[in-house]
Amino acid sequence: MLLSIIGNSIVIILVLVGLLFFAGGAVGILRFPDFYSRLHPAGKLDTMGVSMTMIAMAVYSLLHGFTLTALLTSLKIMLIVVFIFITSPTATHAIVDAGVRAGLAPWAKEDSGEEAP
Amino acid sequence: MKKDQATQRRDDSPRSSPSDDSASRSKHPIVPFILTFGISFATWLVLSGKFDLFHLALGVICCLLVAYFSADLMFYSHRPKGLSGQWFQFVKYVPWLLGQVLIANWHVMKLVFHPNMLEKIDPKIITFRSRLRNDMSLFILANSITLTPGTITVYVNTFGKYTVHVIDRKSGEGLPGEMEKRVAQILEPERYE
Repeated sequence: MLLSIIGNSIVIILVLVGLLFFAGGAVGILRFPDFYSRLHPAGKLDTMGVSMTMIAMAVYSLLHGFTLTALLTSLKIMLIVVFIFITSPTATHAIVDAGVRAGLAPWAKEDSGEEAP
Repeated sequence: MKKDQATQRRDDSPRSSPSDDSASRSKHPIVPFILTFGISFATWLVLSGKFDLFHLALGVICCLLVAYFSADLMFYSHRPKGLSGQWFQFVKYVPWLLGQVLIANWHVMKLVFHPNMLEKIDPKIITFRSRLRNDMSLFILANSITLTPGTITVYVNTFGKYTVHVIDRKSGEGLPGEMEKRVAQILEPERYE
C-alpha cells in the first residue's frame, strides 16, 4: 500500500516535470528570435520531456503487478529513451548544419538593439 | 561530408600506426565479439519477449551473424588491455553527462520563461580547438555538446576544430573545459596523465 503510494507520487511528479519541459520547449520555439536559437528548446527541452514522461511510464507499468510482461514493457520503454538520447542531438546537428550550408546568418544581439524593450 | 571524413581517416590510419592496429585486432578478436553478441542478444530478448526454443535459437543465430560481421565496429581499442577500463570510464561518464544535461535544461527553461528573454540571450557562433585526436572521442564530445542545452555543435573536422552555436554567454563559458577532459579520460587517457 505504502509502496504504491510512493510509486504513484514518483510517477505523477515525473510526468508533471516532463510536461513542464515540453511546455518550455513549445514556448521557447515561439519566443526565441531566429532559426538557430529556436533549435535549442526544440531539440533539447523536448528530449528531456520525453525521457521524463517515458521513465514515469516505465515505473507505472511496474507498479501494477511485478510480472515478466510488465518488466519487458518497462525495458522497451527505457530502450526508447536511450535511442531518443542518441538520435535527437544528431538530428538537431543535421538541421543546424543544413542552415549553415544554406547560408542563413545567425541572429546577433548587436544588429537589433531596438527590439529589446 | 561524413563519408569524406571517414575515408580520409581510413587512409590515414594504416600509415600512422600499421603494426599496432593490425596486431591488436588479430590477437584479441574474441572479447569485442562476445560483447557485441551479448548486447545484441539482450536487445533481442527484450524486444521479442518470447522465451521458447524456436525464438531463442533464431536470436542466437542472428546475433552470432551480427557479431561476426560487426565486432570491430562498436568496440575497438589500440591497446587491448584498455578495453575494460575504457568501458568503466564510459559508464562513469554517462551519469555525469546526465547531471550536466539536467542542470543545463533548467538553465534554458529559465531563459525561455524569462520576461526579458531578448536581453538575456546572446546567440553566437564560436569556434575552439580540441586536443582530442581520436574519431570516436571527437564524436562523443560533439554529441555531448549538442545534448547539453544552450550549445549545438555546428561542425567538427577530424583535426578537432569545433564550431558551436551557443545561446548565451553562460552556456558557452564552460566549453572545451571539463567535458573535453572527461571524454579524453575515456578513450585517450595518455594525453591527460
